[in-house]
Amino acid sequence: MVGGAFGALVARDLRLALRQRGDALTVVLFFVLTAALFPFGLGPEPNLLARIAPGIVWVTALLAVLLSLERLFLADYEDGTLELLAQAPLPLEAVVLAKVLAHWLTSGLPVLAAAPLIGLLYGLPAEGYGVLLAAMALGTPSLSLIGAIGAAVALGARRGGVLVPLLVLPLYVPVLIFGVSAIDTRLQGFEGDASLLLLGAILAAALPLAAFAAAAALRQAVE
Amino acid sequence: MTGPSFHRPVPLRPMPVFEAHDLGCLRGERAVFAGLSFRLQAGGLLLLTGPNGAGKSSLLRMLAGLLRPAAGGLTWDGAEVWDDLGAHHERLRYLGHGEAVKPPLTVAEDLRFWASLRGAGPAEVDRALERFALSGLAGRPGRLLSAGQKRRLALARVTLGPAALWLLDEPTVGLDAASVERLAAAVAEHRARRGMAAIATHIGFPGEDAQVLAVDDFPPIPVEAEALEEGAW
Repeated sequence: MVGGAFGALVARDLRLALRQRGDALTVVLFFVLTAALFPFGLGPEPNLLARIAPGIVWVTALLAVLLSLERLFLADYEDGTLELLAQAPLPLEAVVLAKVLAHWLTSGLPVLAAAPLIGLLYGLPAEGYGVLLAAMALGTPSLSLIGAIGAAVALGARRGGVLVPLLVLPLYVPVLIFGVSAIDTRLQGFEGDASLLLLGAILAAALPLAAFAAAAALRQAVE
Repeated sequence: MTGPSFHRPVPLRPMPVFEAHDLGCLRGERAVFAGLSFRLQAGGLLLLTGPNGAGKSSLLRMLAGLLRPAAGGLTWDGAEVWDDLGAHHERLRYLGHGEAVKPPLTVAEDLRFWASLRGAGPAEVDRALERFALSGLAGRPGRLLSAGQKRRLALARVTLGPAALWLLDEPTVGLDAASVERLAAAVAEHRARRGMAAIATHIGFPGEDAQVLAVDDFPPIPVEAEALEEGAW
């Protein structure tokens, strides 16, 4: 019963995202265009660009995900859907996870798919692509999860759209640090770096934490 | 296996009772009502009346388990509702001010989604569409619906899956006369199946033997309001 309801909610959110393709497209386009701007500002120095590529990819990915956080709960909050979901026969924690999964599939995953393109643009060495994708696969779900806490907390607030980045950006720093260092150490020729493990640990911790914290914030919001 | 000793014991109270005892409500710093009690039995209809701001919506949100009472208690068959909110949510259908209609989803898709959450089948979706004359609009996306049609969709959603308690907040707003009649018939049928309904309205609602509860008859007296603010809960 809970499993079926979870699947139904994910399917509904995906269907909404597919019908409103603009939202998901904005995220990827923002990611690609912002990342493409840096070489214009920094000049065409191949060594420099290859060295900063991991950092640029992660910072722009993080900002692109941030851009999409507001739509996570706001529409459901404003039209009354959230009140009904709070009474649905699945716990609000599961509602949060279902919505985060749909959010990741329509924001984190497209960004992940576009990341090699940015790598190409910056002349990222060939051995960097595998670890870039692995780091983003482990890191971007954490961005959606942590972002869900901020999006839920900001629901009742005036100018919540400004509040979300302020709440969320500091919490994104560990993902940024380990995401970049995973790629950097691999490019310097070291194997078996712990950064990927730490990204996995952040994801494992964010999964239950975000579910409970965001659900608590949503309960406050519907009251 | 089928011997009489294996029969389920007859429950002491086959008909559920929904009771409120001395409910008090605070919105922000303001006390809205206090000392409100009622007793609703299976098949009963409770009409919540009162002018704007009397607290009808707040009371309904309390009955729906969305807003915690500042004072007093709510019981279902003698058991405190807030002790097992999941079970309470399972048995109720709530219609608030928001219609929760998504612009890109068609009427049928919307109903099918909520039916799958409530464990209702496609037959029930069809019946809900028919009941509120939405069959012809089944393929129309939410963004092309009029205010009254959205309201009918939200009402159709209430009828999905068995529920013992319907909580409707101004359900007739935006409805034409024919739709009000359809709603009244749906509520009557729900009551005939021993379901309960609580309906907030300021213009009245057609229904037999309705208990009328004027929410503005329970004004908080200043002393009580202070006591509530001390933190009765």
